[in-house]
Amino acid sequence: MSSAPSSTYSAVTLTVNGEKHTLTVDHRTTLLDALRERLDLTGTKKGCDQGQCGACTVLVDGRRNVSCLQLAVAAEGREITTVEGVAEGDRLHPVQEAFLELDGYQCGYCTPGQICSAIAVIEEHAAGWPSAATDDVRPEAGPPPLTPEEIRERMSGNLCRCGAYVAIVEAVARAAADRSAAKEVAA
Amino acid sequence: MTTAPTARQGAVGTAHTRVEGRDKVTGAARYAAEIPFPGLAHGWLVLSTVARGRIRSLDTAPVLAMPGVLAVLHHGNAPRVETDYTGLLGKPDPTTAVFQHDRVPHLGWPVALVVAETSEQAREAAETLVVHYDREPHDIAFTADHPRAYPAAGYGPAATEKGDLEAELAASAVVVDAEYTTPEEHHNPMEPHAATARWEDGRLEVVDSNQGTTWVAGELASLFSLDPSAVRVRSEHVGGGFGSKGVRAHQVAAVMAATVLQRPVRVAMTRRQMFSLAGYRSPTAQRIRLGADADGRLRALEHRSLNLTSTVHEFIESSTAPSRVMYDADAHHTVNRVVRLDVGTPTWMRAPGEAPGSFALESAFDELAEKLGVDPIDLRLRNEPERGPASGLPFAGRNLSACFREGARRFGWADRDPRPGVRRDGRWLLGTGTAAASFAAGAGPSTAAVTAEADGTFTVRINAADIGTGARTALTLVAADALDVAPDRVRVRIGDSDFGPAMIAGGSTGTRSWSWAINLAAAELRERLTPGGTVPPEGITVRSDTTAALGALAQKERHSYGAQFAEVAVDPATGEVRVRRMLGVFAAGRIVNPLTARGQFTGGMIWGISMALHEEAVRDRATGGHYGADLAAYHVAAHADVPAVEAHWVDDHDPDDPVGIKGIGEVGIVGAAAAVANAVWHATGVRHRHLPIRPDRVLLAGAPDA
Amino acid sequence: MREFDYRRAHDVPGALALLDAEPEARFLGGGTNLVDLMKTGVERPARLVDVRDLPLDRVESTSDGGLRIGATVTNSDLAAHPEVRRRYPALTQAVLAGASGQLRNMATVGGNLLQRTRCGYFADITKPCNKRVPGSGCPAIEGEHHNHAVLGASEHCVATHPSDMGVALAAFDAVVSYETPDGPGTLPFADFYLPVGDTPHRETALPPGALITGVTLPPTPVAARSRYRKVRERASYAFAIGSIAAALDVQGGVVHDVRLAFGAVASRPWRARTAERVLIGATADAETFAAAADAELAAARPLPHNAYKVTLMRNLVVAELTRLTEEAAR
Repeated sequence: MSSAPSSTYSAVTLTVNGEKHTLTVDHRTTLLDALRERLDLTGTKKGCDQGQCGACTVLVDGRRNVSCLQLAVAAEGREITTVEGVAEGDRLHPVQEAFLELDGYQCGYCTPGQICSAIAVIEEHAAGWPSAATDDVRPEAGPPPLTPEEIRERMSGNLCRCGAYVAIVEAVARAAADRSAAKEVAA
Repeated sequence: MTTAPTARQGAVGTAHTRVEGRDKVTGAARYAAEIPFPGLAHGWLVLSTVARGRIRSLDTAPVLAMPGVLAVLHHGNAPRVETDYTGLLGKPDPTTAVFQHDRVPHLGWPVALVVAETSEQAREAAETLVVHYDREPHDIAFTADHPRAYPAAGYGPAATEKGDLEAELAASAVVVDAEYTTPEEHHNPMEPHAATARWEDGRLEVVDSNQGTTWVAGELASLFSLDPSAVRVRSEHVGGGFGSKGVRAHQVAAVMAATVLQRPVRVAMTRRQMFSLAGYRSPTAQRIRLGADADGRLRALEHRSLNLTSTVHEFIESSTAPSRVMYDADAHHTVNRVVRLDVGTPTWMRAPGEAPGSFALESAFDELAEKLGVDPIDLRLRNEPERGPASGLPFAGRNLSACFREGARRFGWADRDPRPGVRRDGRWLLGTGTAAASFAAGAGPSTAAVTAEADGTFTVRINAADIGTGARTALTLVAADALDVAPDRVRVRIGDSDFGPAMIAGGSTGTRSWSWAINLAAAELRERLTPGGTVPPEGITVRSDTTAALGALAQKERHSYGAQFAEVAVDPATGEVRVRRMLGVFAAGRIVNPLTARGQFTGGMIWGISMALHEEAVRDRATGGHYGADLAAYHVAAHADVPAVEAHWVDDHDPDDPVGIKGIGEVGIVGAAAAVANAVWHATGVRHRHLPIRPDRVLLAGAPDA
Repeated sequence: MREFDYRRAHDVPGALALLDAEPEARFLGGGTNLVDLMKTGVERPARLVDVRDLPLDRVESTSDGGLRIGATVTNSDLAAHPEVRRRYPALTQAVLAGASGQLRNMATVGGNLLQRTRCGYFADITKPCNKRVPGSGCPAIEGEHHNHAVLGASEHCVATHPSDMGVALAAFDAVVSYETPDGPGTLPFADFYLPVGDTPHRETALPPGALITGVTLPPTPVAARSRYRKVRERASYAFAIGSIAAALDVQGGVVHDVRLAFGAVASRPWRARTAERVLIGATADAETFAAAADAELAAARPLPHNAYKVTLMRNLVVAELTRLTEEAAR
């Protein structure tokens, strides 16, 4: 914690997409509002501001979080990745590429959250995490295959009111398959 | 450069990823609340906590003393607005004219706007503002037999009547008489309503999220008595609308604050505020009576619908609309009624009228098929009308039977055992259901400007709105074909009232209306571009206006059609219902972009799943306000609720229609909830006539005797 | 949201001292409930003491074969832990049934226990609520209550506890550990939540100023054959309308050991001890399971619109115990 100019404001350094930003924040400011209003990173969306829709999903230390229920002051010292930071230069992340090609969106407002969530879902699955759709969660049962049902359950924290779910699930499945194919080639 | 066109493959009908797709997947696309302005102030709306009464006083002094607070606008100090005018879609809903008087017509009515330097300061100040009310008794109880209900016209006449209903019912071999209800439903687009207003060089500029800047700019000009040329509204990317994004309290409040403070002011609704301020679909109470001969021919059809509205504005949810189009009978009676209660004004929501109306009508048809022992598809095809049952007008093509034939084939309907409650998969009972769909294919006057640029590209300026429909991309393809060039040589600019008047994205009219205007301008431009001629540096621009062309179109019943199929699983021990698959086949004119069209159809069908099983806003009678006004309590379908959903389409050509494009945003939800409900009956043997089909309702309805 | 002071604690004594120094202070864990309640105005703390950096983020086996779970272990890490999945699969299933992947990455075990009800009257500061404003009334009883309590409620409050995790912890006799400025203490799960009575605003037996440091699960062999089942109004990302954690050991067709707890039916995760007593030593069949459920649910006092929960819970008991019986026979 840096020195506080007042008991209700703090100077913080936020690491976003690999870049450090030092700013003074009102303690009430959420990470979501800090990204959007202070750092002009408006790719992260405010859908409900209550943790009930997933539009504000970002990666914090590599794990998906909702940024609307995270205080900016509490995010100091963590590595934050937003939708603006997942591509490699001009080359889209495979998840972004799949959303684009398979039309995994309509209005686009839930899309950054869906994409950040999907990136994490693929990693969580690769790490062997079970889900509520997993029949047998015991470690002996091994990791479940990433079926459409598993994808749907794991992505359920990201609402899409346009109802683009069918194409989103196809996009996540494609990106996950590409990732495991790439791993096999590498191995 | 030379302008000689070259023969090429048409773009319309070929899958094309969204032209703004890269911006959407990288987060670069900016929505209304995301465009920075120097000196921006933040407004926060304060909503009434009583359902009916008067504002006695507001304790503004302590709020004005809070850090960062710039102003508190309320009925005692806000600029006056004009409400006696007729806008693009009729007389304004007075609830948009905020802070004009001390009356409170519903809970959640805006009573003040607190403006501060930051949104955190504005929020806390708004929450601190104490408002004193003189409370009056309220009535928010919507009941089918409400004594103050009255027939009302809106989107068609209040009533249509032909034939002797009671006589035909008496003469019928089989009669269905059932009541259906649908609950209050909210649009809940993912992007909350937000507007930033500022004065720039004597013009009012509003950056907004809406379904038509022509509409919103016109309303704001009228409300604030401004010359229409002095108002510019922009709305480039829109995070969903579904009927809710028109003129609302936030834009009006933002303009007031920007005027008073002479600096840019943004007002965004919170998700909770949207439940009070963004409009909603009225609950409906419907009664259907069908009488048929033993062979299924209808002798009598009666459809009565009741919806609610506010005490200050009449909005009709025209739920009888499908009965007026779909099936004829010797006696055919429909009536829409409304009751005024102490609630906010409802508004258009995806397939207004048709969505709740088709639930009732298409459920009743399934009940009739069951009683007759006739296949539900055969029953519908036996009642295909020759002319509009209510209008008497000829149909400009009616492709329902093709949808059912293709749908039945793809879904495997022929193998269906009609008996209910006899299929099991572990703890689940399985069933399938079907329903018909239709939606009007309308159009509204629009203008477009198409420019041949000196570099060989083309720029289309049209005040269209892409609320997720893919309109921007569809119009690019339409323009490319109209200009006979590749889509990558066409740039379509939309969402700016300075581009001239155009139809809104609503009523499934947008793409049809805008394409029409682009076609007219492009055709003329091609004539002006002489082969081998040159284009000057400023380009050559042709403007079009479809008003005359629209007026020349013959009066006919013009609709899109669809056949919906659903398979569900029901756990009778817990009441859980899961849709296992869904399939829709549609006849909806030329499909411009199959990639995005699929999403429009399946999105609508998913709304149908959501409507059938989940959506329901609950009002607390004691306070008159919502119970659980958020996305945790108001359930919309999540990923896990949505199975494989397929949409297909059949050729649908209307020879006297110059564009051949119909809207596809709404027909997908029509009939979808009925298909799910009919499948639940087939699974369990229990009819569910009240939406949503919640677990408690299934559980209390019991299991089949089997 | 009121302005507030924010402090990050690095050790338990420091956290306790920071809380003790400000009467209107709250501990901040994942923030998934507290920050939301601050936005809606239900909570208006003057100081937040962030405890996520405390060294309480481990899941460890105890010497007697149980598990000790640190208070700041996230829901995700708890659910994914191999020993939890192996020894207490219903706990993993319960955690995974809750919220969303994003929220489970943030939410902590300690915070989960202390989360507040999702009753819509509690969450709306413009409406009365005895839990939020003692003495203001409970509008749910005459109003919307289709997802309210049928067991253990009172005429002062019919709200339910929303936790899924807690239901499994109740079934497996978890013990909550805490620290106070006066020293450490423990509370068995059965005593952790207070009866509603006429004090619905007093929810737990934690002493003032206490910080939950962890939860200990005793060795529970029967838990290796356990399940959690949740019924809700959409397939995922929704609170339960009824849920059950069940563990069953059947030997020679007779119930040898059993654990049962219900969620979303009471102000706390509801351990079904009456049902367990009926089951122990009885024949493991649907008839016994139904009788056990009926014995437990005889205490139910449903309101006009939530009586379905009695049927739902009865059916869940039968369905889940039957399934566990069948699985054991395989």
